Amino acid sequence: MPNNKITGAEALMRSLEHEGVNTLFGYPGGSIMPSYDALYDHRDTLNHILVRHEQGAIHAAQGYARVSGKVGCVIVTSGPGATNVITGLADAMLDSTPLVVICGQVSTAFLGTDAFQEVDVIGVTQPVTKWNFQIRRAEDIAWAVSRAFYIARSGRPGPVVLDFTKNAQTTLVDFEPQKVDFIRSYLPVPQVEKKAVKEAANLINNSQRPLVLVGQGVELGNAREELRLFLEKANLPAGCTMLGLSALPSDHPLNKGMLGMHGNYALNVLTNKCDLLIAVGMRFDDRVTGNLQTYAKQAKVIHLEIDPAEINKNVHADIAILGDCKQTLVELTKYIEPANHREWLDSFIPYDNLENTKVIEPAIHPTEGPLLMGEVVRRVSELSQQKAVLVTDVGQNQLFGCRYFKFTEARSVLTSGGCGTMGFGLPAAIGATFGAPERTICLFCGDGGLQMSIQELGTIMEQRAPVKIILLNNNYLGNVRQWQYLFFNKRYSFTPMLNPDYEKIAEAYGIPARTVVERADLDAAIEQMLTTEGPFLLQCAVKEEDNVLPMTPPGANVDEMMLEIE
Amino acid sequence: MDTLYTIITYSENFAGILNQITAVFTRRQVNIESLNVCSSSTPGVHKYTITCYCTEETVKIITKQIEKKIDVLQARYYTADEIYIQEVALFKLNTSRILVEKDISRAIRQHSAKIVEVNETFSIVTLTGLPEDIDSLYISLDKLGCVLQFVRCGAIAVTRGRRELLDEYLEKVNS
Repeated sequence: MPNNKITGAEALMRSLEHEGVNTLFGYPGGSIMPSYDALYDHRDTLNHILVRHEQGAIHAAQGYARVSGKVGCVIVTSGPGATNVITGLADAMLDSTPLVVICGQVSTAFLGTDAFQEVDVIGVTQPVTKWNFQIRRAEDIAWAVSRAFYIARSGRPGPVVLDFTKNAQTTLVDFEPQKVDFIRSYLPVPQVEKKAVKEAANLINNSQRPLVLVGQGVELGNAREELRLFLEKANLPAGCTMLGLSALPSDHPLNKGMLGMHGNYALNVLTNKCDLLIAVGMRFDDRVTGNLQTYAKQAKVIHLEIDPAEINKNVHADIAILGDCKQTLVELTKYIEPANHREWLDSFIPYDNLENTKVIEPAIHPTEGPLLMGEVVRRVSELSQQKAVLVTDVGQNQLFGCRYFKFTEARSVLTSGGCGTMGFGLPAAIGATFGAPERTICLFCGDGGLQMSIQELGTIMEQRAPVKIILLNNNYLGNVRQWQYLFFNKRYSFTPMLNPDYEKIAEAYGIPARTVVERADLDAAIEQMLTTEGPFLLQCAVKEEDNVLPMTPPGANVDEMMLEIE
Repeated sequence: MDTLYTIITYSENFAGILNQITAVFTRRQVNIESLNVCSSSTPGVHKYTITCYCTEETVKIITKQIEKKIDVLQARYYTADEIYIQEVALFKLNTSRILVEKDISRAIRQHSAKIVEVNETFSIVTLTGLPEDIDSLYISLDKLGCVLQFVRCGAIAVTRGRRELLDEYLEKVNS
């Protein structure tokens, strides 16, 4: 009988290929070396992107997954390699991003002995993973990898960790790929209840002032078209969560903008005036609701959601429609009646006008003073024909980015919503260039966040990853400074920051760069960035003490938005 | 208002699931009153009986968060009137105190407890009953100053339904 046995490491590679993986983000190290050795023979099919820090690998995989809709794949070593991905796991868990992270682990004989680079990865990652599993025997590889991908991508997506012991990587094993598509303890998509759909339609048909809240679930469920048809049939105005911003084209007449703390004024005020909230694939995060005790108490609530644990978690749902929104939206659309809701739609106008005059126009069309973040964002959006992917870091760059970037295409927002991870932007943008190579990837980041993962400029250099980096440099940790200004008596405790010469840093990495100080130079600089092949760093010297408005102060009622700060 | 709820959960017999389940309570700042884990009547399936004091709103959320774990088959919560609860306790008593204090054996008889071991230094009494029966015997014996050691197993419970709810679930998903 011929000996067909292969090593566990080789079995891992074949299992990944069997799952359709073609891109991996990773960093080698002791306990994962057998797998890296096997990877060496699969370079033609598995494109491994060597990052400069494991946190960069996982954020890159998140970026890849979010723009492509595929599972992002990460490979790192044990101990510090594994602990360095934990921020990304928490981020992916909160933002429902499908990932499979393979960590090396010491051999089973050393488990529990505090061996070199041994960390209890199963214990440590348990609260921030959808599932995790320690592969101790080579025989389990095919099953575990297939199960990991099935769990990561199905239902409400999320991150999965495979803790891969060194002996399982080196043992010889008979290999046959497996396909897990059923787990008896896991029902990824709940059955749609017809009764709930009909009751919900009835509520919608009798509503005078309905408001739809669109979340990332619509993008994850590839249900943009189904959403549009639903909204248009009964002229239902909609607001998008930060992660749901590109689920509906920005210029759609029923798109009333962004929800939440720094969202659009009309939406937040009218949330407490509507008579019906229809939440689609969103989870009523506190950054959306503000004070829950006063949030939309006058309204009935319909919640369309794939994850039963989200129902009644924060906001009580009068009717819950469980299921995949690609299906439930179609079902619901069947039973709703055409309506125009003219009066209700018109009631948005005065609030919109007020926000336009007081906030938006001064932010995007200033005529004097230093450059503003808002105008930079809007010009990049316009000059990229509103087709680019917006990647942001966290802070004011994120809030201005999400407020003033406009979207026409699906899967165009890449931001750390739930976790608010500074340092997310740069590696996520790198991952996005591999997930959507045909698209323009525009990263907005601050001087704070850029430096949290600045080592990934090395990855950009090596891969020539065409990330358009727009550094909104205000020499401050701007969002914290804004909160200190508002809520901490203007005591700027450790928010001013002494910055390096970013153009020189870019030059050292061979990345073309330009700095804009004057408004008159902005368009030409953006054009240069967009037309330069490959990566580009555009540093914008923006107003130091700018504030993101409007704003619902933390814990305040959703309709108590500040339009200005005295 | 906080009520005593019993959560009955079934999971696959994989390592680490108990950890996942208890973490749900920790995150919600709910203390577990008692916890019993053992194999169930279905091969390869473990059964958890967990009691805690909290509001119904909280127990609903906890139950859903537990059931959300990939390898958890089912989680349901019950109030005391919806299930039959029993508990076992062991009392290790000072034999010389029993000989001089007549109220000790009276308390044992009143609670229908069983004496399972007697020697010169200690005796062991066991009682199966409702948690409050066990509380009652403990309080009586403790007052009489004879308890050397005391342990109880935590509540176990069966539902009032005719069959295991899990069987219906398994039939449904396997069909």
